[in-house]
Amino acid sequence: MSTPIIEFKNVKKCFGETVIFSDFNFKVEENEIVSIIGPSGSGKSTLLRILMTLEGIDGGYINIAGESLWHMLWQGQYVPANNKHLHKMRNHLGMVFQHFNLFPHMTVKRNITEAPMRVKGISREEAEASAERLLQLVGLADKADSYPNDLSGGQKQRVGIARALAMKPSILLLDEITSALDPELVDEVLDVIRNLVKEESFTMLLVTHEMYFAREISDRVCFFDKGAIVEEGKPEAIFTQPQEERTKAFLNAYLGQ
Amino acid sequence: MNGFHWDWAFMWEVFPIILSAAKVTLLATLLGSIFAIVMGLVFALLRRNSSKTIRLSVYWVVEFIRSTPLLVQIFFLYYVMPEFGISMSPLVTGVFALGLHYGAYLSEVFRSGIDGIEKGQWEAARALNLSKLDTYKDIVLPQAIRPMIPATGNYIIAMFKETPQLSAITLLEMLQMAKIIGSENFRYLEPFTLVGVMYLVFSLLAAFGIHQLERRFPKEGFSLK
Repeated sequence: MSTPIIEFKNVKKCFGETVIFSDFNFKVEENEIVSIIGPSGSGKSTLLRILMTLEGIDGGYINIAGESLWHMLWQGQYVPANNKHLHKMRNHLGMVFQHFNLFPHMTVKRNITEAPMRVKGISREEAEASAERLLQLVGLADKADSYPNDLSGGQKQRVGIARALAMKPSILLLDEITSALDPELVDEVLDVIRNLVKEESFTMLLVTHEMYFAREISDRVCFFDKGAIVEEGKPEAIFTQPQEERTKAFLNAYLGQ
Repeated sequence: MNGFHWDWAFMWEVFPIILSAAKVTLLATLLGSIFAIVMGLVFALLRRNSSKTIRLSVYWVVEFIRSTPLLVQIFFLYYVMPEFGISMSPLVTGVFALGLHYGAYLSEVFRSGIDGIEKGQWEAARALNLSKLDTYKDIVLPQAIRPMIPATGNYIIAMFKETPQLSAITLLEMLQMAKIIGSENFRYLEPFTLVGVMYLVFSLLAAFGIHQLERRFPKEGFSLK
């Protein structure tokens, strides 16, 4: 079996006195699409935030593409990663946020070209050409010169997706990307993701409350509760024949079955 | 006792002299403001440094500067520093003293402006792998500047009104010039009144300019396209 692209080994994470993960183990294979579902406060978003290096860990190891994320080899020993190492590791990852976090003072185009130009040193022409392609992909080719505040929530989130893709990450993290949207705008965002996975292969980790979408798009669904994976498997199995009581209770509450 | 008597001819005679001294006052304010903004930014950024030692040291430096009188700092720079081999002209001393003193105050303005930027902006910058420098330069400061304008403007006007303190180290700014004119002619009314009016006019103009700047500054901040 190949090396998993994401691997959590005995990871521990606390916020003050609150333990989120006490001994967390988790693997994702390359090009696998994994949905994480579960009640609020179960550690779903924290998992993504740790991967994006927005939160540190208090114990254990995480490997990305066979290399340690939060540690680096120094004189034959693993030590906490420095900024340079984190900078290198972040190149593997891209993230789309629940609240978009677009840069309000920049045009849509500039939101997308800023990081490729600054971080990867790509020329303006090349970055803009790539931004135009991405905007076409998310159906917003005509909004290149608009500012984020002139867009609807769904449009903002589509820009958020284009912005993350512009850095060409091998792993895409989607953190409840439709939770802040009005219901009628959810589908336009999910359609973008549907098209995306049709056209390119991605490793994708998504935290979502859209159960139908998780069922449709995922290779694997993980049900999280209290910092642990209670149950995981093929979407069909999880949604039609959940084995664990907690999974059943959650899905019943959610789907009103 | 002489009765109240306003001498227009004398006023018109001293007006150009006071006006030329106003240039010194404005120059000290302008250079002092630039230095204060730079120092304020440096202090504010160091207060966010990951090293606790640096954060605490800067905190105490800022507290020290804010808790001691400007005049003491001016005297220290002008009379004590030469003992350490650093001699500066009154103008340069004044610019350093004003810049440091108001830089300490401005650092608090800048700090709260930077703190006002949403956490999500920092996180997006990090997720896009932007360096710390690019994050400040392209994401945080352009959005933080507008809320900083009013308080920064007030401190610059306050600095302008403190420039007469530089007369204590012989800088020929407006007040010092008025005093000399007065003592040479035994008439203080016109020169000092002129100085007061000058301060009033420049302060009002500056306040108006700052208000306009704030009003016209894009709400979201600015960036090059």
